[in-house]
Amino acid sequence: MADPERTQSKTAIWNDPTFRSIAFQVIAAVLIVGSIWYLFDNTMTNMERRGITTGFGFLGETSGFGILMSLIEYDETHTYGRTFLVGLLNTLLVSFLGIIAATILGFILGVARLSHNWLIAKIATVYVEVLRNLPLLLQIFFWYIAVLQTLPHPRQSFNFADSFFLNARGFYVPGPVPESGFGIVMLLFFAAIVATVFLARWAHKRQDQTGQQFPVFWSGVGLIIVVPLVVFYLLGAPMSFDYPALRGFNFQGGITIIPELIALWLALTMYTAAFIGEIVRAGIQGVSHGQTEAAHALGLRHGPTLRLVIIPQAMRIIIPPLTSQYLNLAKNSSLATAIGYPDLVGVFMGTTLNQTGQAVEIVAMTMAVYLTMSLSISAFMNWFNKRMALVER
Amino acid sequence: MKEFKPLPDLPPPVATTGFVGWLRENLFSSPLNSVMTLAVLYLLYTTLVPALDWAFFSAVFTGDDKTACEGITGACWTFVVNRIEIFTYGSYPATETWRLDICFLLLVLSFGPQFFEKFPYKLPLGVFSLTGFPVICYFLIAGGSFGLEHVETEKWGGLALTLMIAYVGIVAALPFGVVLALGRRSDMPVIRTFCIAFIELWRGVPLISVLFMSSVMLPLFLPEGVNFDKLLRALIGITMFQSAYMAEVIRGGLQAIPRGQYEAAQALGLSYWRMMGLIILPQALKLVIPGIVNTFIALFKDTTLVLIIGLLDILATVQAAITDPAWGAVATEGYVFAAACFWIFCFGMSRYSIKLEKKLHTGHKR
Repeated sequence: MADPERTQSKTAIWNDPTFRSIAFQVIAAVLIVGSIWYLFDNTMTNMERRGITTGFGFLGETSGFGILMSLIEYDETHTYGRTFLVGLLNTLLVSFLGIIAATILGFILGVARLSHNWLIAKIATVYVEVLRNLPLLLQIFFWYIAVLQTLPHPRQSFNFADSFFLNARGFYVPGPVPESGFGIVMLLFFAAIVATVFLARWAHKRQDQTGQQFPVFWSGVGLIIVVPLVVFYLLGAPMSFDYPALRGFNFQGGITIIPELIALWLALTMYTAAFIGEIVRAGIQGVSHGQTEAAHALGLRHGPTLRLVIIPQAMRIIIPPLTSQYLNLAKNSSLATAIGYPDLVGVFMGTTLNQTGQAVEIVAMTMAVYLTMSLSISAFMNWFNKRMALVER
Repeated sequence: MKEFKPLPDLPPPVATTGFVGWLRENLFSSPLNSVMTLAVLYLLYTTLVPALDWAFFSAVFTGDDKTACEGITGACWTFVVNRIEIFTYGSYPATETWRLDICFLLLVLSFGPQFFEKFPYKLPLGVFSLTGFPVICYFLIAGGSFGLEHVETEKWGGLALTLMIAYVGIVAALPFGVVLALGRRSDMPVIRTFCIAFIELWRGVPLISVLFMSSVMLPLFLPEGVNFDKLLRALIGITMFQSAYMAEVIRGGLQAIPRGQYEAAQALGLSYWRMMGLIILPQALKLVIPGIVNTFIALFKDTTLVLIIGLLDILATVQAAITDPAWGAVATEGYVFAAACFWIFCFGMSRYSIKLEKKLHTGHKR
């Protein structure tokens, strides 16, 4: 017989898990909302006292300061909103260049660490162990101050084939000047890329159905590179180059790559490549040797084994940490401020903030840019993980 | 009857054993490999020899000013030797540097023995290095009591400041990270949402903008009259930032613990905190030691960023010293010195983590 006392045993209300859970959450919510309100209230009173008006109206005002480097047209007469855009584009530029170079160098390092050649493996190990244990800021300073600023003056610049010049003021390269008809070549180039994508899809489908293979790679190369090139020369090469030349004390013409960009790019590349090298090594080592043997047993030759069996499995391990390294690189590019490269943080959160005093709006906008970047990358990562996850049982 | 006597074994071919064999196997196994080896050797010869010559053979180590370095082709280490006090102590009053010396000594004494397997008092020493050590150092460095002269934080600097920021950051970020990670995996939606938002917010922005924010925005957030020290603001920024990263590392460990462990702990009647403290966290933290130490290393390297908001850590003092016109072009020497300091600590930490990982790798051994 059941004991009625037992079945209805009363737990004290503070020992009831549901009650406790709700109570904790209510307390937490009150604390969080309370402290946010407290901070907000303080900010409002402080800003009122300092005479700062809130709102984004300042973005339309004239900035009145120059920026060292800009990918879009910009001078003192443009607005503060424009400075945001200039900084953002500069950040994206150095991140993009850094990501490409770091990926290439990182993959080389990762493969080199696994090389059967003892000397090459050891050199790659030393590179990785040294570079990733030094602060990035130190490396940026080293390249900027100890290397690039000690280069000769413009008159004694290093001269490469009379068209590339390197000196303490920067790296001068010839700038391409498109002439009439070049648009056709570009149009053809993009059309070829689209055509190759469709060709690859068609070839894949045909191989699934009939087993016949189609040389997608080489036909793609032909479409994307050879066809536009032939048309380019048929049209009479509608492009000329603007060569830099020494006039007075400095070079004129061509494209100037400022030393700040070079230093930042070099440091970001070499630092991130050390991490990417480790990721690539772990990825390759993560694919067990049995996979290679199984592929060989099925009669695949060495090339297809690598391309169809090893690399896809290694990429599954490599890509998630690789994207977070890309994100790190983009965030680390904000160290540009330290050497004066005009990136988003340096221009917008630095000069613009100092001139306008609109701290809250500017910090919020800057953080929003980085948050958007990182949240979209992590969204991509989740999508990728879902697509690539092993389907088991 | 003739007994069968085998001939003695022939020695292996000379080319497969010993030094020659090693060379053939590791450096000249194929024509391509041989070409690469020779190319790399040539490259090493053209870079390493001048580098060694610069750093050691043609370098100057003694002297008092830049006249000692005139007309030499190598490094001017005289500069580093002469400025070593600024690099170590920053602008701390010269008569009081013995206080920092005691702290350095305590640091070595409380962390050094942890590297030795046989040292018997590891636990009490570990407790001391987390409790007594920072308190003693704070009173010693800041002064103002026990008859010691007060030294403002503006005067703290150099390697001492770097180590201080790194120590505080590391010691504070780990518990914050654990709490955030537990919160992120909590069943309570309010707490979970808050932790996710907090972690993603800090992880999504660069540290430099966090430091900017802590120096520009914090005064706005606080009521009139409340004013934090610049160093404290930087410390808060760095701790918040790194604890978010720490939380993600620890979450990885928590996710790797099988459900059975939670259920077994609950079946034994353990409360949430006892279950976490006694069963789950010891296993989870052990799993992610490499990740935790990597976060420590990242934090240590990130301390250099405080120079952007005007604190004088070791990199900032080097930066200031190399622009001093009393010395010529000594930028490389200064940076090499700073790099060596950072490298020793970071590399030491990564080696220690590998050792710890091996030692704690119990249970899965075959």
